[in-house]
Amino acid sequence: MSDILEILLNANFWAAALRIATPLIFGVIGALVCERAGVLNLGIEGIFTAGAMAGWMAVWLGTGLWGGVLVAALAGGFFGLIHAILTVPLGLSQHVSGIGVTLFATSLSYFIYRTALPDVSSPPRIEAFKPLDIPGLSDLPFIGPALFQQTPLTFLALAIVAVTAFVLYRTPLGLAIRAVGDNPSAVESQGLSVYALRMGTVIAGSALMALGGAFLTMSAFDAFFFGMVNGRGWICIALTVFASWRPGKALIGALLFGAFDAFQVRLQTEVGSFIPGQVFLMMPYILSIAALILVARKADYPRALLVPYFRGQR
Amino acid sequence: MIRFEPREPSSLPRLILIPVAAAIVALALAAIPMLFAGLSVFNAYGLMLTGAFGSVFAFTEMLTRAAPLILTGLAAALAFRAKLWNIGAEGQLYAGALAAVAIGSGMIDAPSIVLIPLVVFCGALAGGVMMLGPTLLKTRLGVDEVVTTLLLNFIILLFVQMMLEGPMKDPMGMGWPQSEPMLDEAMLPKLMARMRIHGGLIIAFIAAIGIHILLKRTVWGFEIRAVGENANAARHAGIPVTATFIRVGLFSGALAGLAGVGEVAGLKGYLTADLSPGFGYSGIVVAMLAGLSPLGVVIAALFIASIFVGADSMSRATGVSNYLADLIVSMALICVLISGLFLRFKVRFVGAKSTEGVSK
Amino acid sequence: MPALTSRDHGSRHRELQDFAERPAMTKTSPDAAVVLKLDGITKRFGALTANGDVSLSLRKGEILALLGENGAGKTTLMNILFGHYVADEGTVEVLTEDGSLTELDPGSPHAALNAGIGMVHQHFTLAENLTALENILLGTEPLLALKSGRARARERLSDLMTGSGLIVDLDARISTLSVGEKQRVEILKALYRNARVLVLDEPTAVLTPQESDTLFATLKKLAADGLGIIFISHKLDEVIAASHRVAVLRGGRKVADQPTEGCDKRQLAELMVGKTVPESTRDSQVPGAARLILSSVTTGAGRDALHSVDLELLSGEILGIAGVSGNGQGTLAKVISGLLPPSSGTIALDGEVLTSADARRMIDTGIARIPEDRHKDGIVGPMSVAENLAIETIRKPQNQRFGFLRFEAIARRAKDAIVAYDIRCQGDKAPARLLSGGNIQKIVLARTLDASPSVVLAAQPSRGLDVGATSDVHRRLLEARARGAGVILISEDLDELLRLSDRIAVMHRGNLSQPDKTETLDRATLGLRMAGQSKEQAA
Repeated sequence: MSDILEILLNANFWAAALRIATPLIFGVIGALVCERAGVLNLGIEGIFTAGAMAGWMAVWLGTGLWGGVLVAALAGGFFGLIHAILTVPLGLSQHVSGIGVTLFATSLSYFIYRTALPDVSSPPRIEAFKPLDIPGLSDLPFIGPALFQQTPLTFLALAIVAVTAFVLYRTPLGLAIRAVGDNPSAVESQGLSVYALRMGTVIAGSALMALGGAFLTMSAFDAFFFGMVNGRGWICIALTVFASWRPGKALIGALLFGAFDAFQVRLQTEVGSFIPGQVFLMMPYILSIAALILVARKADYPRALLVPYFRGQR
Repeated sequence: MIRFEPREPSSLPRLILIPVAAAIVALALAAIPMLFAGLSVFNAYGLMLTGAFGSVFAFTEMLTRAAPLILTGLAAALAFRAKLWNIGAEGQLYAGALAAVAIGSGMIDAPSIVLIPLVVFCGALAGGVMMLGPTLLKTRLGVDEVVTTLLLNFIILLFVQMMLEGPMKDPMGMGWPQSEPMLDEAMLPKLMARMRIHGGLIIAFIAAIGIHILLKRTVWGFEIRAVGENANAARHAGIPVTATFIRVGLFSGALAGLAGVGEVAGLKGYLTADLSPGFGYSGIVVAMLAGLSPLGVVIAALFIASIFVGADSMSRATGVSNYLADLIVSMALICVLISGLFLRFKVRFVGAKSTEGVSK
Repeated sequence: MPALTSRDHGSRHRELQDFAERPAMTKTSPDAAVVLKLDGITKRFGALTANGDVSLSLRKGEILALLGENGAGKTTLMNILFGHYVADEGTVEVLTEDGSLTELDPGSPHAALNAGIGMVHQHFTLAENLTALENILLGTEPLLALKSGRARARERLSDLMTGSGLIVDLDARISTLSVGEKQRVEILKALYRNARVLVLDEPTAVLTPQESDTLFATLKKLAADGLGIIFISHKLDEVIAASHRVAVLRGGRKVADQPTEGCDKRQLAELMVGKTVPESTRDSQVPGAARLILSSVTTGAGRDALHSVDLELLSGEILGIAGVSGNGQGTLAKVISGLLPPSSGTIALDGEVLTSADARRMIDTGIARIPEDRHKDGIVGPMSVAENLAIETIRKPQNQRFGFLRFEAIARRAKDAIVAYDIRCQGDKAPARLLSGGNIQKIVLARTLDASPSVVLAAQPSRGLDVGATSDVHRRLLEARARGAGVILISEDLDELLRLSDRIAVMHRGNLSQPDKTETLDRATLGLRMAGQSKEQAA
């Protein structure tokens, strides 16, 4: 028992939790804004991959780290545009379109990577983001060391949570996004374009998802591997429900998730000899399903989620 | 400005023509990545064609690849008909394969006539049970089945790895994480001497015809269609919606499980964690290309299989990444999604300001 | 600011009526400026001409009633005005700030709003999870602004509310508001945008008679302040009472346009319907024994919950259930349909306990159910007419053998039903979604009434149907009554209830009153009870 307490009081543990949570924060916020506008984006898994690959490759080609972040966001926006066209004006099944975008983005990323680097056995590395030392903040006890080990992308993720919350609840744009996910007719009757709002939101949300992928290759690791996203996108979709579509709760959900994951990794070193490693690897997915079951009864889905809108057909 | 007008029900030729057009467009679009990879486009298409149809061997390889795709395609098509979004065929396939290996690699010693049906049944059952959980979570608690089936894919694959490194590891496998080989009595018969084509293809064909009859001619099929097209009205009319979902979930999972049985008991003879190169996900593409029609699934699976086999062969000849095949397949899905629009709507191009619609 | 409660409703209503009587139907001066002009509007949907060469104009301060039965093209015309549809021919012109008429950009709600046209749709266009204030503010500020000027908006709205009498709680979520309150939010939306023209589509369909009176008092005041108002209706009484001028649409064409003063009700009715359709009336008939009995049924949550509902349906009677929508009628229908089990209380039919019966059991026991939303709950659109006719009995031996469908038997019976119920369709294999609302309702009637049920539950059976189809529905319900079935008729149309029902009970906030003989009731009494006054208070 005291071992567990020791883990929880260790700043390194919380640093790891925050690190694990960072890509999820990007992903959940991205998925959340899409769903707030009424569009489920199952392209997320592929968009993560595309963001990871595009960001990494841009840096590898010499754009610099922030250039890579921008390229990743653009790649995410591109696949978001495809999903938006298929689901908003064309009104196709959001489930199938999302899976289609995931398959397309993943295979395209893999193909480009393989074609650009046909014969490498060990993936080339880039100079990834370094932990950011903020004078003052880093000196705080406990919180300091936990934050001190984070790269700028983690701080960007935290900032995005705040900005998203502000936009959704304090600005006319956020009001319109929430309204279009609740009742598109309300938006159109007030002279706003349902299509423009939904498409714009899906593109922006997808760009955010891609940043989650970029974190993997530009901060967590320094190279691109096949299968590195490994279901993180789907976990984000589950966390979105868990967070009841609120940015603040999304942050808490992602952190909780990161903490569980960091905890089980530490637990693994303690009891790893008795329990097969796969059991620990399964934990994130099992946790996600458990989180869904936990909130399922009271989940308050955006009313217009999954419902396509056609003008003049109310 | 583009205007969409609802179309009267489509004629059969149109139902067939539009997915075919989508497939051709996807193949044509494949020229772009081919050029990017520095291939001569016509040469590449030629290599793909001979790779899939150029010889008896190539053709049987294509059919061998089609067998699991037909089954996972049927799994998706049946579930999607009821609007049960089973994206977990990949996991259900592994569950079926795992069950087949568990039964067929020495646990029971029996002649083929007993063992093969038993292996097939247990594989189907395992797949069905895998889908039962997400279905019950959906009907009882309203948990979105898309996310649960997707996550289960990862869980079951890890479980398979765990079994292959633990209790089911082949002691003669020289340390590789693979299962003990299936007994010869448990193996599905080969269809042709010296070729890999096996009885799984027959199972797939029978399944396609069976699902076709189920949907078209039976009360259960009627109920599945009603639930899929309008669950509210079905419930109001006294159709057991929950039972229908559970039935569909079991059948759909079982079909995917059968795909796994075919791969281990027909082709490989033992289980490894890389048994499926994504048959579960490709099954979704197959189902959509087929317009969710069970007989169409057979055709669509043959098409997708020839892309995979053809691109593999081309990849070996030119050194270009065989992710090209996945790319073409995913583009085919997006093309067929867009083409579905032409089935449901008449698309009219109207001048931006003009009030008069341009007649067809 | 508290919302109107039901208790002060009556006094408020009288006050507004007094107020409305003071300007006493001031006629708009004929030389008041034209604020809106529709010229030669034509709109076709495939073979159907929804509007044929319709021209209309509206003056400042004028209330124009657009009269027509369901399907006459009123809503289409207003949707063109508001930019939801683009007309195939014709133009819409509006008065601009500089005093001239300018053509409105077609197909753009945005342009219509900017030109000062406000629209209150029949189905409200409100985001249910947002507050009233948020719904009103939506789209009124630049999207990319970093701040939302809510304090200023509240101030203006508070002025607007006191000025117009349209009081709502601005911070209430829409989902917690009553139908009447939602309508007030809709009108405030338009006023907040400085509308010069206000269009209301069937605004009284969901209100009590008293609420309707209040609404018209408010509209008259708004018109007196210079607003041009168009209201769409098929109710002659309110058109005559509340409008300055009336335009009649029939079959998509304008057949009359004249001052309301001096209009004859019968003449308007003829103009509206064209031919006279015989109205079914019930003949006196002695009801039999009790059939369906609900005792102390409680279930559901929120506004629509049922609280200890008792109901006794006799054989050979039509029991009407009146009420403002969203007071529990939907839940009652669900319970009797077998879609929602009561959390307490019992249901029995002819002594057989059906408390936890599902939909199939209800059907098998002889309860025919006509759903409120026939498109959503009545038919499976992509399936054929024959399949939709067989759907309730698909597991019966007549439709299947060993689990396999008997196609020939199904098709044969469908062809019979198509003839017997005069279902207009392209054969029994046509997808049901292609049928008109009236014919879809005939499918529902055919499959539910064919088995001679002992109870018929009809929820809003004539909503949205034209006169012919409505008369058909009424005839079928009366036939069932004559046969000895008990019929529960849930409706918001008081005329329908008063004409067809033997007894009428009223639902308010999930409570069902004891039914009274129809002869002892009138619109006003029913209206007061619908607003929550108990019998003693009403007496």
